[in-house]
Amino acid sequence: MSETPLDLQEELLKPSHPFKEAWVMFRGNHAAMFGLIVLLIVIFAGVFGPVIYQGDPFDMVWAPFSPPGEEGYLLGTDYLGRDLLLMILHGARVSIAIGLAAAFLTVVIGITVGALAGFYKGWVEEVLMRITEFFQVLPTLLFSMVIVALFGASLPIVTFAIGVVSWPPVARITRTEFLRIRELEYVTAARASGVSNWKLIGRVILPNALPPIIVQAALMVGSAILFEAGLSFLGLTDPNIVSWGQIIGSNRQYILDSSYIVTIPGLAIFITVLAISLVGDGLNDALNPKLRKR
Amino acid sequence: MTVPSKDDLLLEVKNLGVRFAVKRNGFFGGKSFLHAVDDISFDLARGKTLAIVGESGSGKTTAALAVGRLVAAHKGEVQMDGKDFLALSDEDLRIARGKVQFIFQDPYSSLNPRLRAKAVVREPLDSLTEKTEDEKQEIIDQLFAAVGLRKEQQELFPHQFSGGQRQRIGIARALATEPELIICDEPVSALDVAVQAQILNLLRRLQEERGLSFLFISHDLGVVQHMCDTVAVMYMGRIVEYADRKSLFNSPKHPYTKALLSAVPSVKKRGAPTTERIAIDGDPPDPVDLPPGCRFASRCPLADVSCQKSEPELTAMSDTHTVACHFAQAD
Amino acid sequence: MAAPLLELENLRVELTTKDGAAPVIDDLSFSLSAGETVSFVGESGCGKSMTALAIMGLLPAGIGRVASGSIRFNGEDLTTASDARMREIRGNDISMIFQEPMTSLNPVFTIGEQIAEVLREHRNVSDAEAKSRAIELLDAVRIPNAKGRVNDYPHQMSGGQRQRVMIAIALACEPKILIADEPTTALDVTVQAQIFELMRDLGREFGTSMILITHDMGAVAEMAERMLVMYAGRKVEAGPVDQVIDHPQHPYTRGLISCVPHLLTELTDERPPLAEIGGIVPSLKEFGRNACLYAARCEWADAKCNSERPQHDVAKNGHETACWHAGRRS
Repeated sequence: MSETPLDLQEELLKPSHPFKEAWVMFRGNHAAMFGLIVLLIVIFAGVFGPVIYQGDPFDMVWAPFSPPGEEGYLLGTDYLGRDLLLMILHGARVSIAIGLAAAFLTVVIGITVGALAGFYKGWVEEVLMRITEFFQVLPTLLFSMVIVALFGASLPIVTFAIGVVSWPPVARITRTEFLRIRELEYVTAARASGVSNWKLIGRVILPNALPPIIVQAALMVGSAILFEAGLSFLGLTDPNIVSWGQIIGSNRQYILDSSYIVTIPGLAIFITVLAISLVGDGLNDALNPKLRKR
Repeated sequence: MTVPSKDDLLLEVKNLGVRFAVKRNGFFGGKSFLHAVDDISFDLARGKTLAIVGESGSGKTTAALAVGRLVAAHKGEVQMDGKDFLALSDEDLRIARGKVQFIFQDPYSSLNPRLRAKAVVREPLDSLTEKTEDEKQEIIDQLFAAVGLRKEQQELFPHQFSGGQRQRIGIARALATEPELIICDEPVSALDVAVQAQILNLLRRLQEERGLSFLFISHDLGVVQHMCDTVAVMYMGRIVEYADRKSLFNSPKHPYTKALLSAVPSVKKRGAPTTERIAIDGDPPDPVDLPPGCRFASRCPLADVSCQKSEPELTAMSDTHTVACHFAQAD
Repeated sequence: MAAPLLELENLRVELTTKDGAAPVIDDLSFSLSAGETVSFVGESGCGKSMTALAIMGLLPAGIGRVASGSIRFNGEDLTTASDARMREIRGNDISMIFQEPMTSLNPVFTIGEQIAEVLREHRNVSDAEAKSRAIELLDAVRIPNAKGRVNDYPHQMSGGQRQRVMIAIALACEPKILIADEPTTALDVTVQAQIFELMRDLGREFGTSMILITHDMGAVAEMAERMLVMYAGRKVEAGPVDQVIDHPQHPYTRGLISCVPHLLTELTDERPPLAEIGGIVPSLKEFGRNACLYAARCEWADAKCNSERPQHDVAKNGHETACWHAGRRS
């Protein structure tokens, strides 16, 4: 009998990348697509909003405490008479930027620590995981406040403060995935093919460990935005930059009289973080190979 | 079959041992060792197949991985072409790795899911050779044809292949650097019976065409009988019987080998399976805390006091047949 | 002759896939008498495990369903039985053991508790009775020192012992039918031999009928009286084991028997290549076509095979084959 397998229908000859299949799966998930669209709108608002609707968010433009809609100010003004819409648009830019940058930092630290611990095991793992646990038991808000208080309240420092307290979960997930994947036969096969340790970590194991890390990173963006809001509510942020948390923080005394000033940025945070977690959930389902089997 | 002359030998394994440290009894328990492979020796002639059989926990896979330096051996030599493979380093090791390749058990986990089929086969070429892109592509084309896959399939990802096809890709990868020795670790045990036959025939055809030597690890005695030229039977880290194919299957000497052979259900043995079966009951001893004497004694139907005292050495029954049993008799 | 204990008639089970419903079991009929062992053979994906799940009422929820036909157990149609009734039957009248003894026991309970649990579920017994019965059962499945080991956790036992515990749980309520889905595939051969012997002895002792699902013709030859070869959800050949193995009529059955390197006792230097079955099992999309689904891999296939589903020919001795070229000598 012939050596050539007989099951070659032509459609089977089209290469289909695992990530492409994940996208098909993601597209079928209505909640996740809704989240993605909302997120894109928020990003669009942050990037192009201030270009279209120009002005300085710190300018006092009208009487303080004007409710939304009055005198053409769509969202009204705050306690100093600043245009709230302009502040929200600028704040979107800052919140998203901090969210992404802090999540990126989290992922870089987390992957480095987790990958080394999971790949080398032994004392490397012991040391790195003790450090991870140390960071995990620290009260995160307090620790980041200390950092900001020590080094000054500027955007990079705030980002750094958020990133440096948030990486342990990423490190743990990365380590678990590395411990699992390093025992799989294709890694042994790569070793038998003489692939170096650095390549094993970066080119063989890491790409296969990515799906849960991507999900975690997406959720990190959301929690970093929340974290930043918390810090700026406490006044621990760059006073020359508008962020959603800072709007809430500086107007907090007037929460009972003019609740819209606090509610509007609050809603912006809520919607953005919700959208991000819907996207994160969708990614989780799409990238989880067990669900993808059928 | 006669003992191969020294020049024909590709591989000589001498007193190979692999041990793993095990933590026991908490803090002050100290280190104990599990001797997964305990002082084994065997040879493999060029173009031939040596099978290592045994049940789970026998150390057969660990022994194979140690020969290919994927598990560190704590003692012993692996002579390949007159050089000790275990002592090589750096550039010498890199060149030698190209001569020793593996085929793995599980076609579902042995291929990197993020690589296209051609990249899987390319991996050893990239790491172990200095060939140009065109040369590599030519080798890949030729290998895909040799293992019965189509050229168009090179672009596909592993999940788009069936189990048997994946194993073909694994074989192509193992052949890429033109190795002399291929270590096959249970290469067909995860496949359906119909596909199993295709892969076994392919392996034998490739062996003939390319003069390959196989170190073939399997628990399936039918497969081993079909593939091997010599067989080593392992039990708890030791070789208990080592013989050429015909001698081992036609007149097994060790009670463990006999029990293994009689336990295989076969369509050819219908009628009175229970009468000829040699039952081995009882449990194997704790591998970390081995008793003195023969390791098989606790389950052996023949064992007496002497077996519990002294461990039998591998003794030659004929030119091509050695057994480690106090009761073994030459024909 | 008494009515059979279990009777499947024209059973059709469909799985919902993204390309529509695929009949993973297509027009399957077979019967099992009291005390009899029948074996299902075939490659993975041929529907043999699905048959077991259909009998147990455990088809994957929301995806699999019985589309037509009946499963009659003691005259009662299980395809229309309520969930409560199925729960009563499962573990009590019909029980099942699985391939993977490492994962089919709950790691947080002792084996004694897990056996007692089944008894408490189906029989009105006190805790003390359940426990003493658990010890008896462990003894029956030949676990040495049953009294001492009843409080062990699964991780303290070897693979073979765990499979014995699974058998003890399955037999706790003295079921009329035991379905064993590849019960020894994960075990060593010497352990497999012990488990088979145990199943044979217990089957005789309790009068249990058995359905053995396997891919190993050797196991079939040793364990079963009748066998049923399945391909792509269809029965392609069935009959008494000796008859089918010695005179296989369907080319697929022949292939399955001859592609395995059988252990020979009188070994010679000759080593012809193994017979091969080219290609692979058809995809689910092909299932249900009015044609012989094996035609793509069959050397005898002609136009008729590709356009019409073969009928079942039943010989006097109970040997039936679904092939247009049945009985042809190659």
